[in-house]
Amino acid sequence: MFKVLRVVIGRDLLLSMRRRADVANALLFFILVASLFPLGVGPEPNLLRTIAPGVIWVAALLASMLALGRMFAADYADGALEQMLLASAPLGLIVIGKAVAHWLVSGLPLMLLAPVLALQFDLPIDALLVLVASLALGTPSLTLIGSIGAALTLGVRGSGVLTSLLVLPLYVPVLILGTSAVDAAAGGVTVQAHLLLLTAFLIFAGAFAPWAAAAALRISLD
Amino acid sequence: MSRPSEAAQSPRPSFGGRINWFKYSSPQSFFPLAGAAIPWFAAAAALFCVAGLYVSFFVAPTDQQQGEAYRIIFIHVPAAWMSMFIYLVMAFWAGAGLVFNTRLSGMMASALAPTGALFTFVALWTGALWGKPTWGAWWVWDARLTSELILLFLYFGFIALTAAIDDPRRADRAAALFALVGVINIPIIYFSVQWWNTLHQGASVSLTRAPTMAATMFAGMILMALGFWMYSIAAAFIRVRCIILERERNTEWVAEYMREQR
Amino acid sequence: MNWESFDAFLAMGGYGFYVWGSYAVTFALIAMEVVLLRLRGREIMNQLIRAERPRRSAP
Repeated sequence: MFKVLRVVIGRDLLLSMRRRADVANALLFFILVASLFPLGVGPEPNLLRTIAPGVIWVAALLASMLALGRMFAADYADGALEQMLLASAPLGLIVIGKAVAHWLVSGLPLMLLAPVLALQFDLPIDALLVLVASLALGTPSLTLIGSIGAALTLGVRGSGVLTSLLVLPLYVPVLILGTSAVDAAAGGVTVQAHLLLLTAFLIFAGAFAPWAAAAALRISLD
Repeated sequence: MSRPSEAAQSPRPSFGGRINWFKYSSPQSFFPLAGAAIPWFAAAAALFCVAGLYVSFFVAPTDQQQGEAYRIIFIHVPAAWMSMFIYLVMAFWAGAGLVFNTRLSGMMASALAPTGALFTFVALWTGALWGKPTWGAWWVWDARLTSELILLFLYFGFIALTAAIDDPRRADRAAALFALVGVINIPIIYFSVQWWNTLHQGASVSLTRAPTMAATMFAGMILMALGFWMYSIAAAFIRVRCIILERERNTEWVAEYMREQR
Repeated sequence: MNWESFDAFLAMGGYGFYVWGSYAVTFALIAMEVVLLRLRGREIMNQLIRAERPRRSAP
């Protein structure tokens, strides 16, 4: 079982390393969106501190959503996905492997980059740590939920916009929990409850999303 | 599991009182059934709506706190009920379609979606028009309103997904899976927004309704809800008949039906 | 009976805009859906009739 996971993760990581530009583009998008907000709302430090958690979280959410198309599209185009459906390993497990690999190249860099962006907004250090923690717990959920949307819209025309239409409403709980964790930290309130709820959501998503995404892949390749 | 279309084409006499429910799950045998039922549901919808409107405008007394503005809730609350109820029914058909692989289930689900979206929009619109005089704001980010908005997005996602996929079988199954994922998510969204709302207790307004509701007010809401319910069934049946004809246009029974029509 | 006159009925105690705005949009949308369903049904029937004609005239 772990061998399957290791093989799938290794393979997907290798493939995305060959297309480094895609990974870099999503990160650039994240930086750009977050940097546009101060230009849009004005440089008032108090205001920036107030909106920072929401802005950074929404930017991270959009950036991770942009990357969703890559999760299955290449394998779908070259027929590798059909082989995976026929493989003896459970499809749900393969989906987990692909989601982990996808998170490592899309979620993890966002998480590491977020504190730098937060400095632009003058967030206190405590809040920075909570921001990283909330992204560490939240972005995997985004990838897992997103995998369902990506699998459903496989090979459909205009699938990019459609995926966002399907997936964004489902992202709402993660966004709420993530931003309010950072808000609480910036306000000096304990953040344990927020992070626990994020963890609970992640476990829930980890248990159900790969299974649903596998069913969606079977439907799309039927 | 016997294939529904086969079961419908060879109606065996069923002994021992066993009813073959799958007989009615084929589009071919459901089509005339729905056609016969539509006028009854439409008439019931009109009847209940007229009675409901009469009660809500002429029988129910003026609310002491909200004045006449409260009369909006006679469509707001039933529309909100229907928006959620239709989504549940849609998810039920979607799940049935995925489990039993019946064609009609997917058609029913996609026939319900536009009507559900309509009632969701009505609930939001009337909520805004009720909120302005009552709370002083068109929109409040309260758990119920926000969940209703997300519900509208889920309906739109369902409709868009069905429309984007050319193969109707795949479209039905993909949209069905999305509906089921949505039905799991709605409670989570509701509770997360509610929890978030209690954190942001700034300029919030008390959302509790009047504690005692007059029996006539309740009767008005129930009558309107029944009217909307019957209307939804009628609209969904009309739409499912359109979908059946569109998808089965090349079958023998549709050709036969067209010959009978003239 | 709640209303002393038809004008009072329309005014809705000063909330006429909100109340009638709600009811008008609701029933306009329902009417719109009914019309759209009619059009859709007519469209598919016309298509089927058109598709049938060449088949009947061929033999």
